[in-house]
Amino acid sequence: MQPLVIAGKTFHSRLFTGTGKFSAATLMEAALLESGSELVTVALKRVDMYDKGDDILSHLHHPQFNLLPNTSGVRTAKEAVYAAQLAREALETNWVKLEIHPDPRYLLPDPVETLAAAEELVKLGFIVLPYVHADPVLCKRLEDVGTAAVMPLGAPIGSNKGLKTYDFLEIIIAQSNVPVIIDAGIGAPSHAAQAMEMGADAVLVNTAIAVAADPIGMARAFKQAVIAGRQAFESGLATTHRQAQASSPLTAFLDEL
Amino acid sequence: MFTNIFSQYDWDQVKAAIYSKTTTDVERALAAHRRTLDDFAALISPAAAPYLEQMAHISQQLTLQRFGNTMQLYIPMYLSNECQNICTYCGFSLHNKIARRTLSAAEILQETEAIKAMGFEHILLVTGEAQQYVGLDYFKKILPILQPHFSNISMEVQPMEEEDYKALIPLGLHAVLVYQETYHQADYKLHHPKGKKSNFNYRLETPDRLGKAGIHKMGLGVLIGLEDWRTDSFFTALHLDYLQRTYWKTRYSISFPRLRPFSGGLPPKVEMNNRELVQLICAYRLFSQEIELSISTREEERFRNHLVKLGVTAMSAGSKTNPGGYVVDRQSLEQFEISDERSAGEIAAMLQQQGYEAVWKDWDKSFSQ
Repeated sequence: MQPLVIAGKTFHSRLFTGTGKFSAATLMEAALLESGSELVTVALKRVDMYDKGDDILSHLHHPQFNLLPNTSGVRTAKEAVYAAQLAREALETNWVKLEIHPDPRYLLPDPVETLAAAEELVKLGFIVLPYVHADPVLCKRLEDVGTAAVMPLGAPIGSNKGLKTYDFLEIIIAQSNVPVIIDAGIGAPSHAAQAMEMGADAVLVNTAIAVAADPIGMARAFKQAVIAGRQAFESGLATTHRQAQASSPLTAFLDEL
Repeated sequence: MFTNIFSQYDWDQVKAAIYSKTTTDVERALAAHRRTLDDFAALISPAAAPYLEQMAHISQQLTLQRFGNTMQLYIPMYLSNECQNICTYCGFSLHNKIARRTLSAAEILQETEAIKAMGFEHILLVTGEAQQYVGLDYFKKILPILQPHFSNISMEVQPMEEEDYKALIPLGLHAVLVYQETYHQADYKLHHPKGKKSNFNYRLETPDRLGKAGIHKMGLGVLIGLEDWRTDSFFTALHLDYLQRTYWKTRYSISFPRLRPFSGGLPPKVEMNNRELVQLICAYRLFSQEIELSISTREEERFRNHLVKLGVTAMSAGSKTNPGGYVVDRQSLEQFEISDERSAGEIAAMLQQQGYEAVWKDWDKSFSQ
């Protein structure tokens, strides 16, 4: 499996993970270790950035985990930029998962504020990974302002519905010059495998692992699915056919003339 | 404004519609992909009672998917028991001959220290309504004192003007809880005969003023026991539905305060048993997957333990309902008696035992600056 490079950093796992909704921090730690994930996103609102003993942060002190602070909870570009600056200072990383979803029901990202914040954060030297709707034009606009990747959604966050935006994700992957990480909605290992087979560079999974009856077992299942899907993509999937190949082709007579 | 929608509904007709719901209506509501207000009416109706177990399973699954294995913990800080209102059911009511007090800045810091020592990051400030003691100026003074110590500050105080809320939000005000008490206009008047609170419509329009001010979160509810809880809950859901459409950037929570005894109070007119409260909680969850559902220490220990898995997402713990109750003045008059007297640590341990993580912090004060 080819390693993935984002902003000069190499990842050997294409499964990125979240830290919410687990029943205990120790279980979160065990599941994330099992997943093999090397990029772990943390909601700034859930942690005390200035406390090294914070219950979530203290369980993420492993060399393989790179922290990806996210701005979940902010409603505007201005709030996002301010929160990212505090996170950079406190957590000593200039990586940020930009999440601006002013709508608290479906947590759908605001494209206008996200683009404005991305532009500002890139200027401030951040490695920006924006969470967006599966909007191919917006993804190009974000790439233009210098984001390190794009993170289009498969379905609303936490919905576990899979790749409901499949056709648009295909377009985004086809035309992107930056890594495409499919975020949100991936509810089963088969969804993750499907995303990888279609050529996504990585997937981000949280709810499906955290809320499983056995989060450690589910983390392992996702790990395997992501590897399988990626390997299938790299090996070149056989084309699918809408109908059987006719044994007596209509044009065979051309050879006989 | 919600008053325009409210005026199109008649209490007696709504009540009759709920009580005439049938098994078929309930089954349709249970099977629905997206549930409407009419489905909610079916789920809170007597016809849904035999379906409680099924409702509980759906509620648990929806809550788990949305909120995970977590429970938000918060604690109230009563700042004052001064009050110019007469509310027939409340310990702080004007006519109650009790010693009144309002916490000073220094006393608030003493209480803060005790509350922080328990682990809390989310606090709910509570007062009566008394302009000269706990008006806008008081809140403008005390929010900057509290803000450095808490990640998330909510208030349950008298309704205010939109401009007042706009002044308090930048000082760290995150959420406002304002319960209509009852949507039955005549009964409302009966229970609130005197004081600013006697103005039904002013209270009813408070969520609109909060929404316009851009508040992050607001809490709705009725005081269960004043009137028919099913009808009151339907109006709450109607209110919620309107607010979610109109102020779509705001989060909403629902509380279920059941009338508790206090010194000199009236007994509840309507009783709601535990089974019915579970039905109501599940009905809200089935109606709205993302709504926060909060349960206070008014409810007793064993019942609260079981509610953890049925749809509730926030709990208070270690609460005192009197100003200064944590350290400053433990004997001052309380608003109501609490039933679950366990400490915050004991509640967190109970949650852990059930496979739930206590969430102390779920906001960052930097987001509001």
